[in-house]
Amino acid sequence: MSMTEERQRAYIGKHLAEAQINVELHHEDMVLNIGPQHPATHGTLRVVVKLDGERVVAADPVIGYMHRGYEKIVEYRSYPQVTTLINRIDWLSSFANEVPFIHAAEQIMGIEAPPRAQYIRTVLTELSRIATFIVFLGDMGAQVGAVTPVFYAFRDREHVLNLIEAATGGRFHPNFNRIGGLKDDLPSGWITETRRVMGKVFESCDTFENLLQGNEIFHVRTKGIGIIPADIGKGYGVSGSNLRASGVDWDLRRDGAPYLAYPEVDFKVWTHPGGDSFSRYWVRLQETREAARIVLDLLDRLPAGPVMAKVPRIIKVPAGESWVRVENPLGEMGYYVISKGATGPFRVKIRSASFSNVSILPWVLKGVYVPDLITILASLYFILGDIDR
Amino acid sequence: MGLVESGKIPKPLTWLMNYSRKYSLWMYQWGLACCAIEMGAALVSPRYDVMRLGVIPFPASPRQADLICISGTVTDKMAPAVRRLYEQMPDPKYVISMGSCANCGGPYWDSYSVTKGVDQIIPVDVYVPGCPPRPEALLQGIVLLQEKIQNEDPAQRWRGDPIVVGQLGEHDHDIPGTAVTVGASHV
Amino acid sequence: MSDQQSDDAPQDPAEDAPEAPDAPEETAAAPEPAEPAPAVLPEHEGWLAALAADLGDDIVEAVSNHGDLVVRVKREAWHRAAEVARTRLGCEYLSFISAIDWLPRPDPPNWDPDAPSAPVQPKEMTFGAAGGEGRFQVFACVESTDDVTQVILKTDVNEQNPSVASWTDVFPGADWHERECWEMYGIEFEGHPHLRHLYLPAEFEGNPGRKDFPLLSRETKPWPGLVDVELMPGSDEEPAEEASA
Repeated sequence: MSMTEERQRAYIGKHLAEAQINVELHHEDMVLNIGPQHPATHGTLRVVVKLDGERVVAADPVIGYMHRGYEKIVEYRSYPQVTTLINRIDWLSSFANEVPFIHAAEQIMGIEAPPRAQYIRTVLTELSRIATFIVFLGDMGAQVGAVTPVFYAFRDREHVLNLIEAATGGRFHPNFNRIGGLKDDLPSGWITETRRVMGKVFESCDTFENLLQGNEIFHVRTKGIGIIPADIGKGYGVSGSNLRASGVDWDLRRDGAPYLAYPEVDFKVWTHPGGDSFSRYWVRLQETREAARIVLDLLDRLPAGPVMAKVPRIIKVPAGESWVRVENPLGEMGYYVISKGATGPFRVKIRSASFSNVSILPWVLKGVYVPDLITILASLYFILGDIDR
Repeated sequence: MGLVESGKIPKPLTWLMNYSRKYSLWMYQWGLACCAIEMGAALVSPRYDVMRLGVIPFPASPRQADLICISGTVTDKMAPAVRRLYEQMPDPKYVISMGSCANCGGPYWDSYSVTKGVDQIIPVDVYVPGCPPRPEALLQGIVLLQEKIQNEDPAQRWRGDPIVVGQLGEHDHDIPGTAVTVGASHV
Repeated sequence: MSDQQSDDAPQDPAEDAPEAPDAPEETAAAPEPAEPAPAVLPEHEGWLAALAADLGDDIVEAVSNHGDLVVRVKREAWHRAAEVARTRLGCEYLSFISAIDWLPRPDPPNWDPDAPSAPVQPKEMTFGAAGGEGRFQVFACVESTDDVTQVILKTDVNEQNPSVASWTDVFPGADWHERECWEMYGIEFEGHPHLRHLYLPAEFEGNPGRKDFPLLSRETKPWPGLVDVELMPGSDEEPAEEASA
């Protein structure tokens, strides 16, 4: 005797009704611990979520698994030693971390690096921005489920890392800035090679655009997910591409105190009104292309000259304090340096972008599904060293 | 297997077991900090492909892994998780400590929250120095580990005796597993 | 491109700030002689006036420091200063809240005063821009994203019983910053929903940010000293000899 359709339906209906009653009777929230070791969290972030079924009721990020005590240990080091240490805060874009600290120390001393050094610093900062964003472009795909872009990302990142290594000696953690300028000048042939690699970066961005950004599944997974309104974002201190993806037209390279060679360059600040995960991806893709354009523009106009100002051998920064904030790839990074005239700083307050970007998680994760939680974490793009310092 | 414990395995079989074990390592990537990016470059990027050594990355869980590579700073808050992870791995298991933070605390040796070296918590087989070590250095560390595995005595490992690697006698310590350092001048 | 403004000191002092002492940190350049009394730059006077309209006497001191306006307010006015900055100046973006411990740090043993890589800090307690009194100061930076308005607010905190009002109802992001401050310095924030550990494990004792919290590794292991110094670009000198601790 075969199972007719009515009997099938009756069977299923009966069990569904039972299941529904069971769900209504036993109803409690489940506490799920995501991390601290999880392929989706970029490092050791632990998010304790309270779930109602598949939906998040409350989320509490627990950080500190990478807390290395920067603000305390830099008080025991001299300025060059601090420079070595701080490019491990945001470890994907290492060169960009040194720049605001060196700038703050130079500001207290009253020295200005020569123009050639400023230009080269800008070029290297933009290169590290490209390197960071390429990893983001690939990695966000991996969190959403597309595994292929990750390989393209790491392959293309190698080109940029080659350039940084040729100029500074280190693939990342270059430790190339010195108070007053840079350690060395560029090697010969570097400029031509950089131009060629920037062409590759444009191609790579086109690949990501076709492969991922135009993908229907990607749209469904990211559009409307994790919307951060601009005023909430500002209250939490969300900065960088995350805030620009909420429609706020604010970029410290253009709007903040002038630093490096950015006043000499015309560049476009990309914003998107959406505020969701897709907007954040879109903004960073455009900014990668913009960074490549800035590099090409600066290389065309690189001034000649020394790369180091006249500074004493043993650097003693006079008493004073200075606050410098810049547009790092992750957002607004700033250093408040207080000096008392010794060879090392008295107190350094490191304002890191990811700390504020992640502090919005309890607010933005309310009511989202668990897979969307992963998407939101990926789109906010934080680095654990930047959160925990 | 009674043969393994009593040490009665014939040499060719030992050789075969070690050979197959060293070329089929399943590596759990415990990527903590900056070294994780270089480890990622070694694993994922086609330039420093680690699969050609027989090491497959990304097992689904630590319970299926043979090799763990601790890359990055271990903090005191994270240390219990590392220990728990190590205990979840089944024997025979190997540990590579990658980067100076995992070796000895690294540039954060004086911090109040950093564990000065992961060998305080788990026994380490190979130390890969560098800050961060280049992906090639990690590959060399894996090759050294493979040499070490090839020269292993399964009976000793089973019993938990300290393993003595013949030509590196001066590096022996009284703990299970003898640590080998990349770049050591014994060759 | 870095600011040349800090070298010009306008002659007229700020309307609201009392006479600030001649602080040497206003002059940044080492070879130049000390400039006259610091003042508030013209572009910051408008902001200061907007703050003073609501805060009035609660502003203890205000200076312009390397292009930033630094305002020190009384402890009781800390919360109101946040509201005023947000509503009057349009500073809706919270950059950070943190604390400074002005106590001179006791040097670890074997700390060689001549080794340039082992910085020895001065032993007297001095304060920074906009002065201070007492050991702890809480400071914060708020900015506006529509224009260049930015204010660094400071306040002094009692050493025996460090506590100050919380900003969490004005800036929701203050939650984490204040937790970090509490954890590192032991400063209570009244009105914070739940002050608990952010970075450190729950069993951690002590406040590591304070200057009298010793780094035990430095106490037990002497600093190895200057091992080598890289040549400055363009210099022909020999690198320094290895210095002993």
